[in-house]
Amino acid sequence: MGLSVQMAIKKNRLVIRLDGELDQSNVEELKKKVCNIIKKYSIVNLVFNFENLSFMDSTGIGFIIGRYGEIKRKGGSIVICSMNNTIKKVFNISGLKRICNVANDEVSADKILGVIA
Amino acid sequence: MKNELNISFPSKLINVQTSRAILIGFLAELDLPMSVINELKTALSEAVTNAIVHGYNNDESCVVSLYFSYDDFSIKMIVEDKGVGIENIDAAKEPLFSTKFDEERAGLGFTIMEVFTDSLQIDSVLGSGTKVTMIKNYAS
Ligand SMILES: Nc1ncnc2c1ncn2[C@@H]1O[C@H](COP(=O)(O)OP(=O)(O)OP(=O)(O)O)[C@@H](O)[C@H]1O
Ligand SMILES: [Mg+2]
Repeated sequence: MGLSVQMAIKKNRLVIRLDGELDQSNVEELKKKVCNIIKKYSIVNLVFNFENLSFMDSTGIGFIIGRYGEIKRKGGSIVICSMNNTIKKVFNISGLKRICNVANDEVSADKILGVIA
Repeated sequence: MKNELNISFPSKLINVQTSRAILIGFLAELDLPMSVINELKTALSEAVTNAIVHGYNNDESCVVSLYFSYDDFSIKMIVEDKGVGIENIDAAKEPLFSTKFDEERAGLGFTIMEVFTDSLQIDSVLGSGTKVTMIKNYAS
């Protein structure tokens, strides 16, 4: 189990692809990795690709809100794509809709950012 | 069909994962829809995380206890800690209420447990611990 993360910088955005299960046991490590890249490359926009994320609880919501807090000062946006059904339910409960865009896949996510960023 | 299971483990964060794996194994016989299993996993993960992070303030040397059971109609999960307890249960259950916002908590755990199960009961005594009981009905 556990979680692996793959990141790619594309033009105006950082794409974060998660694989596995995100919870309190691995969120701190993920946060460190992502925050390092955001600082180092002055990242403004974030795309979270959850295609291979099989599990996430409220810990993940807190993590996304935290990253939003970091990039909103720079006028950045977040797009989350390819959520499975249960994660989508968690997302809907959280009200994160108000601060994050949702896309079906990474291509659509890129399009959204092409338009809004 | 009927079954039950009692298990205790140290309050280490890795055991949030372990508890989900145990739940999946325990429920295997029931042949539940994926959506039901995933919602139960999420609700359990919330309760176990709370026990460790809030109940024990991340002290790894304490004990979290689980009780799972099912019959032909419903599944029960109990998560218990002997930690600090909850001062105001009604406030704690409010969506977006958290005493640890500074640690990037969303304040959604109890809300998710409530939405993903059919019954959520919280028994807590300040200074002696918290017991969270969740029941989910399923059509067998
Ligand atoms: N087992 C527990 N022992 C002591 N306090 C608890 C326990 N579980 C929950 N609480 C208290 O209830 C509050 C609300 O819990 P809830 O799970 O809804 O949100 P959270 O844990 O703060 O954030 P999130 O679950 O979104 O990461 C917590 O902030 C904490 O103060
Ligand atoms: Mg919680």
